[in-house]
Amino acid sequence: MACGAAETIMPDLLLELFSEEIPARMQAKAADDLRRLVTDGLVEAGLTYEGAKAFATPRRLALTVHGLTARSADITEERKGPRVGAPEKAIAGFVRGAGLASIDEAKIHKDAKKGDFYLAIIKKPGRAAQAIIADLMPGVIRAFPWPKSMRWGARSAPPDTAHSPADAQGANALRWVRPLRSILCTFGPETEEPAVIAFHVDGLEAGNTTFGHRFMAPDKITVKRFDDYGPALEAAKVILDAERRKAIIETEAKNLALAHGLDLVGDPGLLDEVAGLVEWPVVLLGTFDAAFLKIPDEVVQLTIRANQKCFVLRDPATWKLTNRFLLTANIEASDAGKAIVAGNERVIAARLADARFFWDTDRKTKLEDWAEKLQGVTFHEKLGTQAERVERIAALARELAPIVGADPDDTERAARLAKADLPTAMVGEFPELQGVMGRYYALEAGETPAIADAIRDHYRPQGPADAVPSEPVSIAVALADKLDTLVGFWAIDEKPTGSKDPYALRRAALGVIRIVLENELRLPLNPMISAGYFASVRSIAREGYALIEHSGRKLGFEESDPNYDQSFWIPFDEIDNDTVEYLSMFGSPIPSGSFSNVDEAEAATTSWIPSLVEHNADLLAFFADRLKVHLRDQGARHDLIDAVFALEGQDDLLMIVRRVTALGTFLDTDDGQNLLAGTKRAANILAAEEKKGDDPKTWEEGAVDPKLFETDEERALFDSLEEAEHLAGQEVAAENFEAAMGWLARLRAPVDAFFDHVLVNTEDQDVRANRLRLLHRIRAATRTVADFSRIAG
Amino acid sequence: MAETTKSADHMAPQRSFQGLILTLQRYWADYGCVILQPYDMEVGAGTFHPATTLRSLGPRPWNAAYVQPSRRPTDGRYGQNPNRLQHYYQYQVILKPSPPDLQELYLGSLAAIGVDSALHDIRFVEDDWESPTLGAWGLGWECWCDGMEVSQFTYFQQVCGLDCAPVSGELTYGLERLAMYVQGVDNVYDLNFNGRQGAEKVSYGEVFLQAEEEYSRHNFEHADTGILQRHFTDAESECQALLTAGEADGRHEMALPAYDQCIKASHVFNLLDARGVISVTERQSYILRVRALAKACGAAWLQTQGGGAA
Repeated sequence: MACGAAETIMPDLLLELFSEEIPARMQAKAADDLRRLVTDGLVEAGLTYEGAKAFATPRRLALTVHGLTARSADITEERKGPRVGAPEKAIAGFVRGAGLASIDEAKIHKDAKKGDFYLAIIKKPGRAAQAIIADLMPGVIRAFPWPKSMRWGARSAPPDTAHSPADAQGANALRWVRPLRSILCTFGPETEEPAVIAFHVDGLEAGNTTFGHRFMAPDKITVKRFDDYGPALEAAKVILDAERRKAIIETEAKNLALAHGLDLVGDPGLLDEVAGLVEWPVVLLGTFDAAFLKIPDEVVQLTIRANQKCFVLRDPATWKLTNRFLLTANIEASDAGKAIVAGNERVIAARLADARFFWDTDRKTKLEDWAEKLQGVTFHEKLGTQAERVERIAALARELAPIVGADPDDTERAARLAKADLPTAMVGEFPELQGVMGRYYALEAGETPAIADAIRDHYRPQGPADAVPSEPVSIAVALADKLDTLVGFWAIDEKPTGSKDPYALRRAALGVIRIVLENELRLPLNPMISAGYFASVRSIAREGYALIEHSGRKLGFEESDPNYDQSFWIPFDEIDNDTVEYLSMFGSPIPSGSFSNVDEAEAATTSWIPSLVEHNADLLAFFADRLKVHLRDQGARHDLIDAVFALEGQDDLLMIVRRVTALGTFLDTDDGQNLLAGTKRAANILAAEEKKGDDPKTWEEGAVDPKLFETDEERALFDSLEEAEHLAGQEVAAENFEAAMGWLARLRAPVDAFFDHVLVNTEDQDVRANRLRLLHRIRAATRTVADFSRIAG
Repeated sequence: MAETTKSADHMAPQRSFQGLILTLQRYWADYGCVILQPYDMEVGAGTFHPATTLRSLGPRPWNAAYVQPSRRPTDGRYGQNPNRLQHYYQYQVILKPSPPDLQELYLGSLAAIGVDSALHDIRFVEDDWESPTLGAWGLGWECWCDGMEVSQFTYFQQVCGLDCAPVSGELTYGLERLAMYVQGVDNVYDLNFNGRQGAEKVSYGEVFLQAEEEYSRHNFEHADTGILQRHFTDAESECQALLTAGEADGRHEMALPAYDQCIKASHVFNLLDARGVISVTERQSYILRVRALAKACGAAWLQTQGGGAA
């Protein structure tokens, strides 16, 4: 290859890694990784390129890089050495390090000030792109970031046994997602015959050949460059680009649906997957027995989708599923697909028969009786069975019912049935149908639609795109379910950490937040999580004893009492509501198992139930965090959220958000900004005085004395504060936060006037203290709506 | 010889269950496999046969194929379900090391039983295989024919908790499924077993329906759980005792009998599971106990001649 001629037209690189079938879900990322790793490597080696694109099919990863530089540039590097006349050892080290034959090859740099020193000029000649690529590829392939990789074949044998094949590599054998079969790698400008880049990996020599479709065109294909690679593959029944395969599948599917007067039920996830299962998509229409449509649509669709990876079709008039489905074959069969359709129809019929069997069997047992079976299903080792969990949810849902305007009896009934479908055969087969099946089985059993819908909808919202429940019974059960989960896992200290959230507690908290806000519910969280806490503690404390202890001190009888040793241990089965409340004041370690004496119990203590106060404070802080994330996503300022949360006893999410909104609006006005500045100034002065040694109690506890006023500004500010605090307080109590802000806005002028005309630090200590108290009142007045010191700016 | 096979219709895989089995036997025998007979113990899958589990460990090459009756007590349906059986046949091929053309060999076997790849949609769909009780896993696919899973194709990476070196390729054909497919029947009990017609015909149902009914009763209702629990403990301690007794100066002299006890424990566990007496937490602990036995047996096997010990 004449490199000189290639200088004007930039060469292109084509790479293909041909393997046994790559899992569909890994293909897109693998193509992306290949592009990134190769182009990064080329750039690092000093080459540039105009563009790169990677592709994946079930059997190959391919990459084209075009407009590559043919050589990396020559690099000249200067390396400074020791001064002339330096010890021999230093000079020898320099010569070795710079790769010189002797010190005579180094230059001497004249420097009058610091003395002359040696300078080595190291020339690194540029390298041909071919050599760079050949060096780069084996490493890229060997270190490829597959989520799961494997060894295979004779090369995976240990090299040192009597039975080892000649090419055994043991642990050094290549790992790939599935066996790698061949490598294609060509390079050159489009005006010339491209060269094969010579490299090999694990016994595979890079070449210029690949293979077509496994069945329709299995022969070897010789390829020059990307321009003929794509067309050659297409002629060999391989569509290289996944996006094109998707487009073909979608178009063919829609056309087939249209031809039958039906609608394709779109399913982007399935489309992605199917496009990763075929190199030559052929969409075919199949039919199943319409009798199967008696099974709920969700079940039919999921059966056909999950097991057979086929699309379903619905009737555009009724929006109901029809007995047609679309499959995507990987072959143009010699009988135009008759056998393939017949085969798929039989499999789908068998699968639907299974589903119908589950549907029929499940309905033979009443939903209530399924609920009974939850006694044998563990929810969590420490939190008991699903049945216990349902009890807790039902009790909590009943408490929530009046708050959300739901009928308490309906709500409790819905909650008791909410998890009943978990042991059914259908949900065992398709866990994603939990709730959906419960709703159907409830309707079959004659439950009211409100109860049935609540069974389905209490899992909502299941993601950011999912709607929240809006019917009262559904809302109550959904909230109870999520709160019980949060409270329970908090009580056993299984909180989310970093990226780990195995019980999806963040999602549960966000669910509560969205349900409350989107339904505009007034829900004080504190009493609700306290109720949940007591219920959880009772579930945790099933057997054994609880120790009543406070700050390391056991709380029991007097030491002189003969029962002293036993008195601070309560057997769990004697724990009732009162004791739970009592225990929860302090927090109790829980020894598991049964014990004959205190020492045994003490030795077996395994966990600690946090006290109610700790528990609630920590969980509310978690809610605050989640709310901040939620509001920030919606564009609210997080400092405003902090400013509202800094007020005591904020556990009403809706009110918090309303305050934040009102505060944001207020701060956008001049009055708001000035009042903020004034409040901050007052706070700064108080902070400065405190630093100087003044006891903050002087202004926090004492009342302002109007008799000590010397100026009109003091009097005016005082009167305004009295009025604003009173009126703003009234508005806050009436939850009119905008109006409260309006009253606070009136403080702006007197506050400004006060700072303009009054000197706080006067000689007279009484007057000074009175003025500090007045400043404190500004802060107190603004605290009716938010802690202004938390606001930025 | 090919002519005689073809001319005998009753041996055609499309007509005869046993014809299908014999065709596979011949195909893999022609490749050079040792054709073994089923292992004489109750197992959940062909993988449990020592010809797969143990022979896939160590450096010695090994190519074998066999039919293995497999028992899955929880899959019993009293003979009422057209697809599910508590006892069925697997055809198992184990090739060590995995040959470079294993996929082509597999497709050749499908062609041999009459699956024409120009007419049918044959696909390799990701399916990573794992056996928690055997401490084994591998990567591969389920092989689809027109949407039906007809085989499992696995490159073993670990067995008994030990790295496979070299890696074996394992093919498992679900024989009833495959036969239903090539014979074109929807109910397993309607399969033609012997390929004859009329009065001479013997169906799969005639051979196995009664057994499915009786064993479903046994597995779900009558197996004595107390006895089973004892059997489990017995098998476990016998396995451990044999492993200890077999140790001899860096060699092992009783890996195979010890492994039998591991198989037994595994099957007893499956029966207990079908009886519904194992809770979720217990389940995990049973699995771990069987796995501990499997691991110890695998380690012992490596100290035998078959396991490659010098």
